[in-house]
Amino acid sequence: MADKIEKVSIIISKGSLEGIYPGLIMASGARAEGIEANLFFTFFGLDAIHAKRVEHIKVATVGNPGMHIATMLGGLPGMSAIATHMMTKKMHELDIPDIPEFIEFIGDTGTGMYACKASVDMFDLSEDDFVEQVDGVITVGEFYDIAAGGEIIFT
Amino acid sequence: MPIKTIAGVDVEVTDEGFFVDPDQWTEAMAPELAAEDGIAELTDAHWQVIRFMRTEQATKGTGPTVRILGKTSGVGTKELYQLFPKGPAKIAARVAGIPKPRGCI
Repeated sequence: MADKIEKVSIIISKGSLEGIYPGLIMASGARAEGIEANLFFTFFGLDAIHAKRVEHIKVATVGNPGMHIATMLGGLPGMSAIATHMMTKKMHELDIPDIPEFIEFIGDTGTGMYACKASVDMFDLSEDDFVEQVDGVITVGEFYDIAAGGEIIFT
Repeated sequence: MPIKTIAGVDVEVTDEGFFVDPDQWTEAMAPELAAEDGIAELTDAHWQVIRFMRTEQATKGTGPTVRILGKTSGVGTKELYQLFPKGPAKIAARVAGIPKPRGCI
C-alpha cells in the first residue's frame, strides 16, 4: 500500500510531562505498527533522556490554560508537584509507564534515539549524561539524513 | 468482510487480514499466516507468543499490546521484535487468529 506510513522521525522539544509523553506514545505506537521510528530530543526535551533528570519530569502548571486553574495559583510552590502526582497516579491506574520505564521500553522496540548537538553544547552536557538507550549526539544535518524518506513530526 | 482460504478452510477476515471469529482458527493455519507476514518458520518462541495471544483474547476479550506482551508473555520486548519485526502484537494477533489489539501503549 503506497499510502501507508513506513517511517517517522519525532522531535521532542519540551521538557514537561505533557510535552514529552505525546512524542513517546507516537514513537511506541509507530513501532507497534511495524513503522520505523526515530526520536530526536532537542532543547528542554533533552530532560527526557537525561539520566538524572528523567526521574523528575513535571507537569507545567504555569502558562498552561489546559490546567484550568488561575496562573497565579499554578505558580504557588508545590503546585507542579501536586499536579504531576495526580496525573501520574491516574496513569498508573491505566498502566501507562512512567517516563524512565517508557524510554527503556521504546529503546527495546528498536526506536532510534538521538540528542541534538546544538542543545547538548548549549546546556554543557555530554553523551555521558544520557540514559544508555541514546544512540548518539547528532547535528541537525545528521538528523535529516536519518529522517530521510519518512515523515517528520515536531512536538 | 472478505473470505480467505487458509490451510484449505474458508475463514472470514477483516480488510487487514485479522480473523473476525477466533474460533475459526486452528494451529494448522499458523504457518501459512506467518509466511504471509514474512515469517518463514515458527519457532518455539513464536508459539509461546501465539498461545499467549490466544489465552489473553479468550480470557480478556482483547489481545495484549506490545508492552503488555513484553511484560507478561515471558518473551521480552527486544526478542519480540526479533520474532515479529513488523510489530509483535499486531503480527502475532494476525497469526494467532484474533482481532487486532487496540491499545495505544
